[in-house]
Amino acid sequence: MVAHLVRLKLTLLANGLRRSVWQAIGLVVVGLYALGAVAAVLLGLVGLGFADVALRHDVLVVGGSVLVLGWWLVPLVAFGADATLDPVRFVTFAVPRRDMVLGLTLAALVGVPGVFTVLVALGSGVAWWSAPAAVPVALLGALLGVLVCVLGSRALSTAMATVVGRRRFREVAIALGIVPVFLLGPILQVLGAGITSLVDVLPTVAGVLAWTPAGAPWALAGDVAAGRWAIAVLRLLVVLTAVAALAAWWGRSLDAVVDRPGQTAPAGPRRRGLGLFDRFPASPVGAVAARCATYWLRDPRYAISVVLVPLTPVLLWFVAGGQANSLMLVLGPVTGYLLGWTISADVAYDSTAFWAHVAAPVRGLDDRWGRVVAVSVLAVPLVVALTVLSALLTDRWDLLALLLAVSFGVLAVAAGVASVVSARVVYPVAAPGENPFSSKPGGGMAAFVSQGAGSLVVGGLTLPFVGLTVGAVVTGSTAMAVGAAVVAVVVGAGVLVGGVRWGGRVMDARAPELLQTLVAMR
Amino acid sequence: MSDDGHPALQVRGLVKAFGPKVAVGGVDLTVPAGSFYGLVGPNGAGKTTTLSMATGLLRPDHGQVLVHGRDLWAEPLAVKATLGVLPDGVRLFDRLTGRQLITYAGLLQGLDRSVVAQRVEDLLGALGLVEDAATLVVDYSAGMTKKAALACALVHAPRLVVLDEPFESVDPVSAANIRQILAGYVASGGTVVVSSHVMDLVERMCDHVAVIAAGRVLAAGTVEEVRAGQSLEDRFVALVGGRATGEELAWLRTSSD
Repeated sequence: MVAHLVRLKLTLLANGLRRSVWQAIGLVVVGLYALGAVAAVLLGLVGLGFADVALRHDVLVVGGSVLVLGWWLVPLVAFGADATLDPVRFVTFAVPRRDMVLGLTLAALVGVPGVFTVLVALGSGVAWWSAPAAVPVALLGALLGVLVCVLGSRALSTAMATVVGRRRFREVAIALGIVPVFLLGPILQVLGAGITSLVDVLPTVAGVLAWTPAGAPWALAGDVAAGRWAIAVLRLLVVLTAVAALAAWWGRSLDAVVDRPGQTAPAGPRRRGLGLFDRFPASPVGAVAARCATYWLRDPRYAISVVLVPLTPVLLWFVAGGQANSLMLVLGPVTGYLLGWTISADVAYDSTAFWAHVAAPVRGLDDRWGRVVAVSVLAVPLVVALTVLSALLTDRWDLLALLLAVSFGVLAVAAGVASVVSARVVYPVAAPGENPFSSKPGGGMAAFVSQGAGSLVVGGLTLPFVGLTVGAVVTGSTAMAVGAAVVAVVVGAGVLVGGVRWGGRVMDARAPELLQTLVAMR
Repeated sequence: MSDDGHPALQVRGLVKAFGPKVAVGGVDLTVPAGSFYGLVGPNGAGKTTTLSMATGLLRPDHGQVLVHGRDLWAEPLAVKATLGVLPDGVRLFDRLTGRQLITYAGLLQGLDRSVVAQRVEDLLGALGLVEDAATLVVDYSAGMTKKAALACALVHAPRLVVLDEPFESVDPVSAANIRQILAGYVASGGTVVVSSHVMDLVERMCDHVAVIAAGRVLAAGTVEEVRAGQSLEDRFVALVGGRATGEELAWLRTSSD
């Protein structure tokens, strides 16, 4: 049975690769990246072997704990990232619980993250090359650590399945979960500034973690190397108890899932009336705009962009070294680019629901304008607000008019180019209801090419007026500023109208092909 | 409605291959105006592919689709306005409420706001969706989702509706309601094409039927002609082949231990 489950996972993996060449290439790229990471970690561990025993012990405990916590917490946010062996699917088979726990544990290690974890964990033995007696203990600790990773991850996600399974919960968690990810840079910067104090607290942190299930497996070798045998035995007991408890908890949660299958999520809140459909004109353009604007608010894949925009100034503030210098002036144009470019994946986000546009007598032009109107409803006030904010922060009110013109120029150019791109190329994205971060393997290349090429075109088209603006700001020339504003407005309007028309023609000619690509991608 | 003398739907020499696999290998169908036309076939027979090509969702490799005498692929916008479609195995814009989704379908067809509003309420009532009109479609059951999609196919009062598996996962009461709505629509001169696995349903509901397998039409005509004195199910199995004798599973008889 155990072998069955592992083989099932391997077969699923192989079949996924057989379905699409891009997916295979994606896996190879991810695999190579992970191997590179393993090599880097191993090099670091060899280097760590030169440090004194106490420091080795502390670094390994903290690093190992981070690995364990990653396994435990990421699946809660990144739900559905790997649901191929969802226990619910085994409801109808009478698989003994013990076999199920063991089989699913091993199967969880099949895949890039699993292999990466095993290699890195076993690699921690390398750090003890100078103390051979500690190496077997390190390997034992590594195996137990991997078990703690997988068992804890599975137990938590199975136990949380009922809560996480609720659509609303997931959507809110995802939209908020992006915030720390987005601010990772600044957070690291703050941490980096306090790195000296970090080194000071490292022993304390490691000392505490080493007594928790997350840190204890990685502490064993250090204890042995330092000759603290009694402590090592106690820690081993902590780990073994944790493994047993997690396995039992997971088994119980599994029983709960298997005994009460098919629970459906409670229906979401009821919404009266027609919402935005009453606010937009009753025409195909208005309908598409109302539908897209509704999605901007209700679909986490779009909502993430809306949540991110107000964070841009915070990020810029950190990039500028914790002050509001003239770098802040790019705030408006960057916001314009981010929001305007969002619609480049609009049709891909529609997924196969796009058939409604193909089956109805909708002109490509109407489809394109509707999407541009929807993004404008959100983007115009946001761009104005952030441009004013940037003038306020830098105290350059003299530049406000110019900045507004440039920001709207960038917004228009990005939206215009995106209108062509999304009519021509669709690539695999997270399906509606899926985690926005579960990027599809294999989406990589098509996404990369179209996004990269599109961004280059946007950059090229905005270059004239952005360049003029930089010149105007640097030299303080009024003539240059007026020129930049005029060019921004003219180029923006031209690219927007031209892009929408071109995209509309492409859509008229190729909408069925686009739909077929979307159907084939599901 | 059928006064123009053309068949409601005429499909000529339709071919579609996905890579080396020929999904539809030359399908000809003539659906008379005012008929209730059933399309039956085993899984993978090419029903969905044929209907997708006949409704403008999938471009055929070869062949022609005439809707009331007008070439769908030559003048798609004009023809699609007369066509109601319910495809199978695709998503809906399910972040909309039921009411919003049907409104959206109506507005995409270019109808007036007041006309759409009236028809949406009528459809919600007829399909028993009034209670859930304010719930997001993503929270609907499979059967309710089908009904919402059916409302989208009917909201612009098309002359021809093409429904791919409209009764799948629909409860018996709703299915009876839908049959009644469709029968009334046909009685008033509309034309319906449905695909289904359920032979009994097709035999009772439809007046014409085509049997399709492996991308080809094996038999087509009125239900009486096609079934040739047998039940439609027996005739279907005889045409398609592959009926097991029942001897292979001798061990399944619990008395034979």
